[in-house]
Amino acid sequence: MTRAGRVVLLVLGLGGLLALLAIAAADLPAFGSVHSAYAAFARHAAYADRHAANSVAAVVFDVRGLDTMIEEFILFAAATATALLLRSTREEDAERAEDHGEGDALKLFGIGGVGAVVVLGLYVVAHGYVSPGGGFQGGVVLATAAALVFLAGTYRAFRRVTPQSLLEGAESLGVLAWPALGVGTLASGSAFLANVLPPGSIGSLASAGTIPLLNAATGLAVASAFTLIGVEFLEELFAERARGEEGRS
Amino acid sequence: MSVYPYVIGIVVFGLGLGGIAVSRHLVHAIVCLNVAQTGTYVLLLAVGWRRHGTAPILGGVPKGSHQVDPVVQALTLTDIVVGITVSGLLLALAIQVHRRRGTMDPDELRALRG
Amino acid sequence: MTAVQIMALSLVALSALLVVLTRDLVKLTIANSIYGLVLVVLFLVFGAPDVALSELVVGAVAMPLAIVVAIVKERGE
Repeated sequence: MTRAGRVVLLVLGLGGLLALLAIAAADLPAFGSVHSAYAAFARHAAYADRHAANSVAAVVFDVRGLDTMIEEFILFAAATATALLLRSTREEDAERAEDHGEGDALKLFGIGGVGAVVVLGLYVVAHGYVSPGGGFQGGVVLATAAALVFLAGTYRAFRRVTPQSLLEGAESLGVLAWPALGVGTLASGSAFLANVLPPGSIGSLASAGTIPLLNAATGLAVASAFTLIGVEFLEELFAERARGEEGRS
Repeated sequence: MSVYPYVIGIVVFGLGLGGIAVSRHLVHAIVCLNVAQTGTYVLLLAVGWRRHGTAPILGGVPKGSHQVDPVVQALTLTDIVVGITVSGLLLALAIQVHRRRGTMDPDELRALRG
Repeated sequence: MTAVQIMALSLVALSALLVVLTRDLVKLTIANSIYGLVLVVLFLVFGAPDVALSELVVGAVAMPLAIVVAIVKERGE
């Protein structure tokens, strides 16, 4: 089929779909007037039952915990598949590529910045159920700290702080903690991933039952997965550069 | 006017889909897929908003105020992070395609070749 | 519906159009980052700080890094 034929088909199909969606949107309740009973239940479950001040974290890690566990599996599968794909056909060893690092100002910023970003990431993960934040956001911030090592330093320094075996082990641990905790709560007599630990006092770090554990596991898994993907991509880049230098010498 | 947010969500989704279909570069197609996903996030959050509603966090917001829906926010935030991971996987696939076939143009990648 | 929300929504639609129409990959990276930033503003205006934080860390770091690697890979070979 020619490109013009494809575009005509696209216009017909997409136009029809959007028209149907627009008709459906006209029937939706007015913006701002939806008073969902499930939302009221989720808020009550978060504040009154679990004593978690951040109700979004309570919903993610407790009320809809099974969904989040399956999303963790998707994350794990995607990171593993990326590593598999890029490693299987890589020919050159990236360690031989030249990378002299950047200027002194950037190095100085990196020295101070990496520590600060790591502390920020750990803070965001740890206070996830007390204030906005959580395992997902803090995990990506921690992965950013690893990227900062590469940006402000050399590629070799980056590889030294991110050994692949450590990253894979940490990611597996973070993802495995979810079904392990579920089996633990099953063994204690409740449902899978039920919140069986004491709720504690709302607003403090010692609250919300099993949510802090799942939060920490998620932070570990997300940080390792993103760093692993970053390592694989950068390895690609430097294998390319090593091949280019090999060709020139 | 009160359906404007829903319409914007649908428009962004349609833009993303159209962008994938007429794209001439695999990386551009992947970014357009991401844009289509963000259209669904806009729709979800628009459904959850409540008039005069504040963020669904206890403490720091005035007591007795209404709060927006936390369930749709929970769905959206896991979706964003996992969506980027899947986009990373798709980019790795695009890199592999470029390695094998030397091009990233979808129009030239038609036949299945061994 | 407040004026800030209407403006944020319109900006989101315009930025999405910008991202879809950009062909050059380097400009696409910049457009994607702008789009991520506009989305963060929208999420904040909708009262969702968790989601805004998520989109901020993802759109500012992870996505541009991945796209830049794909760009350089394509130019190298």
